[in-house]
Amino acid sequence: MAAVTNPLILSRNMSTEATPKPPDTQHLYGLAARFGTPQAVLAAARTINQHGYQRVEAYTPYAVKGLAEALQFHATGIPLIVLAGGLLGCLGGFLMLWYANVISYPLNIGGKPLNSWPAFIPITFEMTVLGASLFSLFGCLALNGLPQPYHPMFKAPRFELATQTDFFLCIEASDPRFNLAALHALLESTGPIEIVEVPW
Amino acid sequence: MIDADLKPPPVLHPGQSLESVTNQITGLVMPRPIQRTWIIGFGIGSVLIMVLGYSVCWLISQGVGVWGINMPVAWGFAIVNFVWWIGIGHAGTFISAMLLLMRQDWRTSINRFAEAMTLFAVACAGMFPLLHLGRPWVFYWLIPYPNTMKLWPQFRSPLVWDVFAVGTYLTVSLIFWYVGLIPDFATMRDRAKTKPAWLIYGCLSLGWRGASRHWKRYQTAYLLLAGLAAPLVISVHSVVGMDFAAALVPGWHSTIFPPYFVAGAILSGFAMVLTLAIPLRAIYKLQNLVTLRHIDNCAKLMLITALIVSYGYGMELLAGWYSGNPFDSFVSQNRMFGPYAWSWWTIMTCNVMVPQFLWFRSIRRSVPTMFFICILIQIGMWTERFVIVITSLHREFMPSGWGAYEPTRFDWSTLLGTMGFFLAGFFLFIRFIPMISMSEVRELVHTSNGGRHEPTDFEPKYVD
Repeated sequence: MAAVTNPLILSRNMSTEATPKPPDTQHLYGLAARFGTPQAVLAAARTINQHGYQRVEAYTPYAVKGLAEALQFHATGIPLIVLAGGLLGCLGGFLMLWYANVISYPLNIGGKPLNSWPAFIPITFEMTVLGASLFSLFGCLALNGLPQPYHPMFKAPRFELATQTDFFLCIEASDPRFNLAALHALLESTGPIEIVEVPW
Repeated sequence: MIDADLKPPPVLHPGQSLESVTNQITGLVMPRPIQRTWIIGFGIGSVLIMVLGYSVCWLISQGVGVWGINMPVAWGFAIVNFVWWIGIGHAGTFISAMLLLMRQDWRTSINRFAEAMTLFAVACAGMFPLLHLGRPWVFYWLIPYPNTMKLWPQFRSPLVWDVFAVGTYLTVSLIFWYVGLIPDFATMRDRAKTKPAWLIYGCLSLGWRGASRHWKRYQTAYLLLAGLAAPLVISVHSVVGMDFAAALVPGWHSTIFPPYFVAGAILSGFAMVLTLAIPLRAIYKLQNLVTLRHIDNCAKLMLITALIVSYGYGMELLAGWYSGNPFDSFVSQNRMFGPYAWSWWTIMTCNVMVPQFLWFRSIRRSVPTMFFICILIQIGMWTERFVIVITSLHREFMPSGWGAYEPTRFDWSTLLGTMGFFLAGFFLFIRFIPMISMSEVRELVHTSNGGRHEPTDFEPKYVD
């Protein structure tokens, strides 16, 4: 199984096994299975991943621990963005204070030095937090591709339950190994409540 | 492994499922409940907003002289109310950020409305310094921006730090609240029965569909936001404390102010959380989600912060005596036996003596008693700010400059008006937004059931 997940071997497999998709999958976004428990969807995600499917996504009403990892998603990229925002806020804030009080409008307050940096710390701190928070919000939205008013999954039958009680696992038709009949059988073996075709 | 009988009592009552919590929480918003309590509450809030509007219009047309402020006591009610309101806001951020970082999963049932409470409280707080400016329409002079006057704010003043601290606090609290709401807006969208509801909640949810990769990024971002908000909440009231401590006025010029202010803020904030939670859980039948354990835990936090605040009072008296500074020792005497002695004895009663009842578990778990104690603590914390502002200013150094302060009816009406603003805002919130975080409670249902989707095998110890 491990060999299958190796991208090199997978691409070789692709070149030898790639067959034109049957016409009935052309209009498909993917094949989705609906589960009733987080354990079931987690087990199914692992099975699907072991069979070498790559374009797989799970849709759950809350963050199920280990699910993203089971789908080979590890690095979020968020921490670096937040760090960048924090640094920008910190340096930008301090530079603004320094420029205002030293260069643009020097003002003698109680004979203190113009660049009295200890007095600049509180505002620098607030600007750091502000920068990091704004980057965290907008970075998270941008990486997630939100706002996105339309997505094919919204047309999946009973998908409104994905934000309430049920757990969906969808293998996209663009996956190189996508084969409707084989996948149907594989998903059936993971014990879903139902299996639905998701139209484009 | 821990024995079943050593486990802490469950946060939620057993027997909850994903479906039951989703139905229960969305049911508070959709379908539209027609409740007399809501209409009465929102009605009172709206009437008081009109009182606020009238007071503010009169203030702007006549000037700050309509308030009781005068030359020795230039700060008056405006600053008392500002510090009080912003302190109340602190518990919301404390619950959502600090307790999240410390993995206190009981916070989940109360964090959403505590955060909403923060937003409205900070909005109320922000009004007072702006109105106190005298010319509130030029408030933007506080903000650094390129201007034709070629002037900058005086960045070495704590009063300007305050602008940044409160502004950042409001922005970050709003971001934190909204990020937490995105998955719940998606649930509301998917349950919407009418087109306008579907459209509005759909836009607010930004197209959230609960993809596992999205959840992963979302959780990282949420945790980082919590990590940022936790020191922020400490910094905000510290800066408010420094507004006072940086002045030379006896009774203000003290290094203990920042931590003592933060503890007082959290004390009044938790008192406000319970003041809101106790009626809400009764009216909306949320006893299965907001359990006695929540009230008990909040009470313990109130006890700790009350002890820190009491230590602060003690240190102020000690510093007055031990410093040998006649002005400092006069402040202590004047507070205890001067013309405003009633206010000092009120805070001793409400903030030092009353919280001692919280040592007793039976009191922490008695809902009506807790409600009463919370009201007393809020009165006490408001009076504490009154003591700090008024008694320090009215008799400073030179007896020739002494004076007295008496609030006018516009002082009272403005305070009452902001309470109405808070009330009305909060009632709108509980009407249109799920007041408990559904996505987090779902996770809690999962862990409360021991990771299995079946009822727990041990009975809850405390059922109310």
